Amino acid sequence: MRTPAGGRIDRSVTLRFTFDGREYTGHPGDTLASALLANGVHRIGTSVNLGRPRGIVGAWSDDPAGLVQVEEPFPEPMLLATTVELTDGLVARGLPGRGRLADVPDTARYDRRHAHCDVLVIGAGPAGLDAALDAARRGGRVVLVDDRPEAGGSRPTGEEAGILAALPEVLHLQRTTAFGLYDDGFVLALERRTDHLGADAPRNRSRQRVHRIRAKHVVVATGAHERPIVFEDNDRPGIMLAGAAREFLHRYGVLAGQRIVVFTSDDAAHGAAADLAAAGASVTLLDARPAAPAIPGVEVRPGVLVTGTEGDDHVTHAVLADGERLPCDLLLVSGGWNPTAHLFSHARGALRYDAALGAFVPGGELDGLTVVGAAAGPPVPNRLVLWRTPGDPGKQFVDIARDATVADIARSVGAGMRSVEHIKRYTTIGTAHDQGKSSGVVASGIAAELLGVPVGSLGTTTFRPPYTPVAFAALAGRDRGRLFDPERTTALHPWHVEAGAVFEDVGQWKRPRYYPRPGESMDAAVLRECAAVRTGVGILDGCTLGKIDVQGPDAGVLLDRIYTNVMSSLAVGRVRYGVMCGVDGMVIDDGTVLRLAEDRFMVVTTTGGAAKVLDWMEEWLQTEWPGLRVHLASVTEQWAVFPVVGPRSRDVVAAVLPDLDVSAAAFPFMAWRDTTVDGVPVRVARISFSGELAFEVNVSSWYADGLWRRLLAAGKPCGITPYGTETMHVLRAEKGYPIIGQDTDGTVTPHDLGLAWAVSKKKVDFLGKRSFARPSNLDPLRKQLVGLLPVDARTRLPEGSQIIEAGDVRDGVLPAPPVPMLGHVTSSYHSVELGRPFALALMKAGRARIGDVVHVPVDGTLVPVEVAGSVLVDPEGTRRDG
Amino acid sequence: MADTLTPVHPLRAWADAFAGLPDGLRISAEPLTAAADLRLDPSTPVAADVADLLGAAVPTTPNTWVATTRGRIVWLGPDEWLVRSDDHTPHELAELLRGVGAAAVDVSAQRTELRLGGPLVRELLALGCSLDLHPSAFPPGSCAQTTVGQVGVVLLATDDAFHVLVRPSFAGHLADWLLDATVEFTPEPGRVS
Repeated sequence: MRTPAGGRIDRSVTLRFTFDGREYTGHPGDTLASALLANGVHRIGTSVNLGRPRGIVGAWSDDPAGLVQVEEPFPEPMLLATTVELTDGLVARGLPGRGRLADVPDTARYDRRHAHCDVLVIGAGPAGLDAALDAARRGGRVVLVDDRPEAGGSRPTGEEAGILAALPEVLHLQRTTAFGLYDDGFVLALERRTDHLGADAPRNRSRQRVHRIRAKHVVVATGAHERPIVFEDNDRPGIMLAGAAREFLHRYGVLAGQRIVVFTSDDAAHGAAADLAAAGASVTLLDARPAAPAIPGVEVRPGVLVTGTEGDDHVTHAVLADGERLPCDLLLVSGGWNPTAHLFSHARGALRYDAALGAFVPGGELDGLTVVGAAAGPPVPNRLVLWRTPGDPGKQFVDIARDATVADIARSVGAGMRSVEHIKRYTTIGTAHDQGKSSGVVASGIAAELLGVPVGSLGTTTFRPPYTPVAFAALAGRDRGRLFDPERTTALHPWHVEAGAVFEDVGQWKRPRYYPRPGESMDAAVLRECAAVRTGVGILDGCTLGKIDVQGPDAGVLLDRIYTNVMSSLAVGRVRYGVMCGVDGMVIDDGTVLRLAEDRFMVVTTTGGAAKVLDWMEEWLQTEWPGLRVHLASVTEQWAVFPVVGPRSRDVVAAVLPDLDVSAAAFPFMAWRDTTVDGVPVRVARISFSGELAFEVNVSSWYADGLWRRLLAAGKPCGITPYGTETMHVLRAEKGYPIIGQDTDGTVTPHDLGLAWAVSKKKVDFLGKRSFARPSNLDPLRKQLVGLLPVDARTRLPEGSQIIEAGDVRDGVLPAPPVPMLGHVTSSYHSVELGRPFALALMKAGRARIGDVVHVPVDGTLVPVEVAGSVLVDPEGTRRDG
Repeated sequence: MADTLTPVHPLRAWADAFAGLPDGLRISAEPLTAAADLRLDPSTPVAADVADLLGAAVPTTPNTWVATTRGRIVWLGPDEWLVRSDDHTPHELAELLRGVGAAAVDVSAQRTELRLGGPLVRELLALGCSLDLHPSAFPPGSCAQTTVGQVGVVLLATDDAFHVLVRPSFAGHLADWLLDATVEFTPEPGRVS
């Protein structure tokens, strides 16, 4: 019931709410739990395994039992009634241990914020406020966080916040729980920013915010948690921690019972008993100690143990050791106080059992961290340490949230467990939403008794983040939806969108995959684009290719060591294809190298390899070869690149770049030339990834859009066709050009790819060279890149399909497993040029088997395929000069 | 044939969105500027020649930048700087630096620049940048290679603003991220904030 006065609630405003289908009222400042208790409701739900009725045990985040599902304003499961601030229109219901996630999208915003300070104080009780004020007055930058709605600890007065607000450089956050403390003063804290505002909550404000706080010094002022004494049937609604009842009285003006029995072994609960009696309740205090101080207005009975309870949905009697049945509507328990040392433990601070205090306290010092107030030691010594009273261990609940009993601990000890960490995992004690705030130390105490060892030597479990549950939505913050992962776009992206491109994700890049005409399928579009390139002219956005400027007197030396072939002999003005291997001799990237000057090259990498290759080169340069006079710089985004490809490409390039002599004689294959257009420098390279005559046009990406449009306009008479990555893949596969990462997987050497010609036999050393002499790399049965032609000339083999020996097949049926595998299909397309599907594959001894027929199982049938060379279109290379 | 080739700013499409920001926040895309990646040993005579050329010596204090006559030199590493200049074309700037014996690359189009200003700018950046941007820790003249959201940037503090240098491929994502972050500072009409 509500007291006539008192509490930090606004009695002038009435809030309506619904719980388990019934309407109630409360006031601003209430939690759902305090408002329910004010309405006489103790039973919240039922337990997860046993279905036993459960009520409110604690007054805040330590409550092990009072789990609710909020339905309005937005569905959210597994919240504690004690921490849900009451708002008008709140709809909630008690939970049978588990809730359900919303089946509609959460439209609330969540975010994170970084903060830095000299001193971070966690907890705004008296000790924390003192520490924050002290640090702020000394001129430090201070962050003060506290998980309650109001500063002041268990007895807020409402005056504390004002003092801090007047100080500069203080960030004071209430409703903010420091849930993890990490190395070097890094603390994560969750701020609940809008729920308490109810319907008035501004929708632009993030609902929850994860503060990432970096502090030079952390002060832990998190107080202490009360612990119960375990007895039989100690889980009924109406059985509560003594401090919780005191807090409901002082903070919310709620008297949780009229006829109260307090069971304790400690002086701390005497204060609670006195306050409740003063508020008008009839209070009997049972003290397990042989003698106990008198309390005005309270019947104090020393030397008495509670050993059981009665009542169905609510406690009606406390049963004493001698069988006496003491009627009550509220049974309060206090077995002493444990310092809230969780954050100290996160920082790997060891806890030590203090026998005089009867509690585990922070032991030793940690750099940059101070523990103050009750978190350093309980406010009142636990003079008699009592973990449980005699009774049926199967009905003595240790972790109410997990339905775990003394019998469960006995079972784990009986199974041979001697470590409290093992006992925790076996019994699940301390693993629920409350992380054992009230049960963990009690479990240690009982286990120690059962094992016959001192609790101090058994120890307690290590606390780990998070201190309280944190929603994944809060951790994700704004990194969801379109901000989940950056989308990289080229300078031509708006053009591609306008042209109706279908995009493909290539790493973080959005690349046009193909450009369908209205109603056109992907297959049809790709065939059309391929035909245009092979017979006319096409244009591709190649801006995503990695580009690295390599300059300095030793540039050639570096590249000779990085590539398998020789780069230093390349003439200025010329281009060379090259392969890079890891130290294991496996191909990691390939591409072309342009020699810009005697002391300068441009390395072109694959799109996906751009960052990796630059890092790879820098690592060797900085850690192994620091003496080389070479500098590297990424110019990937400096240069926009458009391959203009096909027999008509020369006409298009000549029209747009009139100052460039594009004749085959003046501009040979694998050469590059500089020119200008409207005074803008343009570099053109004759590089072909399709076998066709091709000009790769490079320009500062500032001018990408303008030059691209000009090439399209100039190519219009030839039917210039923009093509995407899919067509690029088909065209290169027809020529047997591998894509590193698609046709290779980190186990493939240049020799396997048929690129032995690109591996120097003359160079003294280069990355990967040593490995080529290893026996496994000389094995004639290594898998090699080959072409595959389905004999029926119709089946497109799925990429990833396995290849098996035709001789293993009898009557068109797969033999019993294991079936020896010859290799697998790495790329597979339909070729408009060949008029049939084809594939590339890595196949054992593949090159020695050209002409053989092998089998590929596809959807339960065996497809005969002929092994072919990897170059299927224009093997003589007659097309590259147009 | 089309008109003369004209440069296109990577954030051209965001101009209207930047114009509609709440009080206390200003975001603008800076004009395209010549830039070069400069590598040299600051103890060699080349450094003096570069200083003559640019009107300021390369800063050797880590994570600082200095103003030149019409541009900036931004410290990127013990032997690496980003030079930006309004006095040169992209091609000229790198050529001039190479001309005095330094290693230099034209990177004018490799990054694009945003200016973030207004009294709430630190609050905005705190939502995505893990560095301490308090004036005592990151005063005007500071620079850092860091991340804003998930995007790698070079961040500069000037007297009244922060400048963010970002690769153009990431610029759209960063602009969207910043605009989304400003929602926090954009109260709905008729509601308290």
